[in-house]
Amino acid sequence: MSKHHVTTTINGEPTEFLCEAQLTLLDVLRDELRLTGSKEGCSSGDCGACSVMVDGRLVCSCLMLAVEAEGHAIETVEGMAHGHDLHPLQRKFLEHAALQCGFCTPGVLVAAKALLERNPDPTETEARYWLAGNLCRCTGYDKIIRAVLDAATEMRAT
Amino acid sequence: MRTLGYAAPSTVEDAVRVLSGASGVAKVLSGGTDLLVQLRSGRIKPDLIVDTKKIPGISGIREEDGAFVIGAATPGAVIGEHAALRQAWPGVVEATNLIGSTQVQGRASLAGNLCNASPAADSVPALIAARATCLIAGASGQREAPVESITTGPGRTSLKRDEFIIAFRLPKRTPRSADAYLRFIPRTEMDIAVVGAGINVTLDASGVCTDARVVLGAVAPTAVLVPEGAAALIGRTLDDTALAALDRAARGACKPIDDKRGTIEYRIKVAGVMARRAAAIAYARAGERQ
Repeated sequence: MSKHHVTTTINGEPTEFLCEAQLTLLDVLRDELRLTGSKEGCSSGDCGACSVMVDGRLVCSCLMLAVEAEGHAIETVEGMAHGHDLHPLQRKFLEHAALQCGFCTPGVLVAAKALLERNPDPTETEARYWLAGNLCRCTGYDKIIRAVLDAATEMRAT
Repeated sequence: MRTLGYAAPSTVEDAVRVLSGASGVAKVLSGGTDLLVQLRSGRIKPDLIVDTKKIPGISGIREEDGAFVIGAATPGAVIGEHAALRQAWPGVVEATNLIGSTQVQGRASLAGNLCNASPAADSVPALIAARATCLIAGASGQREAPVESITTGPGRTSLKRDEFIIAFRLPKRTPRSADAYLRFIPRTEMDIAVVGAGINVTLDASGVCTDARVVLGAVAPTAVLVPEGAAALIGRTLDDTALAALDRAARGACKPIDDKRGTIEYRIKVAGVMARRAAAIAYARAGERQ
């Protein structure tokens, strides 16, 4: 089976990989590159657990072929913390206990980071609509939204 | 096991050559938010994926003498962020931005929404109401065709094997004209239209409608242009008589199916309501432009 050679940047690191055409970016991130933070929930773009940034745009990595990553910059949840310094969103998720099983959390964090980068002061409604593509079956969303808005407040102050 | 091929041509000509020369089934890839789901579920089994996104201009929006040319693979999010486009064609933009989640908006395109040929595609009624055209490339050169000529039934289009859409053209706006799109879904977000209504109107200085396009989605195998609906609006202000006639015309154009989202009877009734409400929004927007 012929493989495609893909050159990309992942979390700032130039990264190359070989893949078959039918593999998604999520498949390659998890199985080839061992970046298992991005999760496979629905594989149909409904749950958002596989959310990553591609050239600064929030996308589902299950809805993108890995070969499409050629020449693009990918950011995953693994790029959010700097060593042991957690991103404010990650800290606030812990403080507010905004997760239970944790399966949706990486996707929610990546999506929430994208929100705060373009809208540092979202209303609750804006945050809920932005995150409507990230399904959580544990929390009922309330703690997630509180954590995101609290992180936004902290990030605006610093 | 057969191998799936992938090509990412960097010119329109190369893309046409690849499509014309493909043995077996070739699928054109734009944002992929429908194509990948179908690929993964096994509903489609193409031999070749032709990714258009390396073609210059396939993504992006430009103005040409007041008209807007939107690259076929331009993501919904980019369309929503374009202030001048939003100002000129609010109905087209709101319809496009209703497709899927924030994540889906990061990839989903007008060409994909049209060529996926779902009867419930949100952007399609708005594009048809806007008299949008598609610029189509193929082995015999380029042609321009109205959006309503593309979808022929659920999952089917009139495009030939060697053809693909490279851009959409929205005509120059006339004074006191505006559009609107409304859809009904059982939830507040992230669902498929039970009924969609796209309406585009032009008013004269006294608020009388001089031109209208009424288009319904999700109530027939393809989006339906409703000339009787336009006739109900033209020559009148948006009075009760015009609204009642529009409601009747919209209901009369429906040939829906029963499914879990809505029964035939329900869809027909809601089509009239959505048409009236979308007309009210389009009128209000056009009126503000005097």
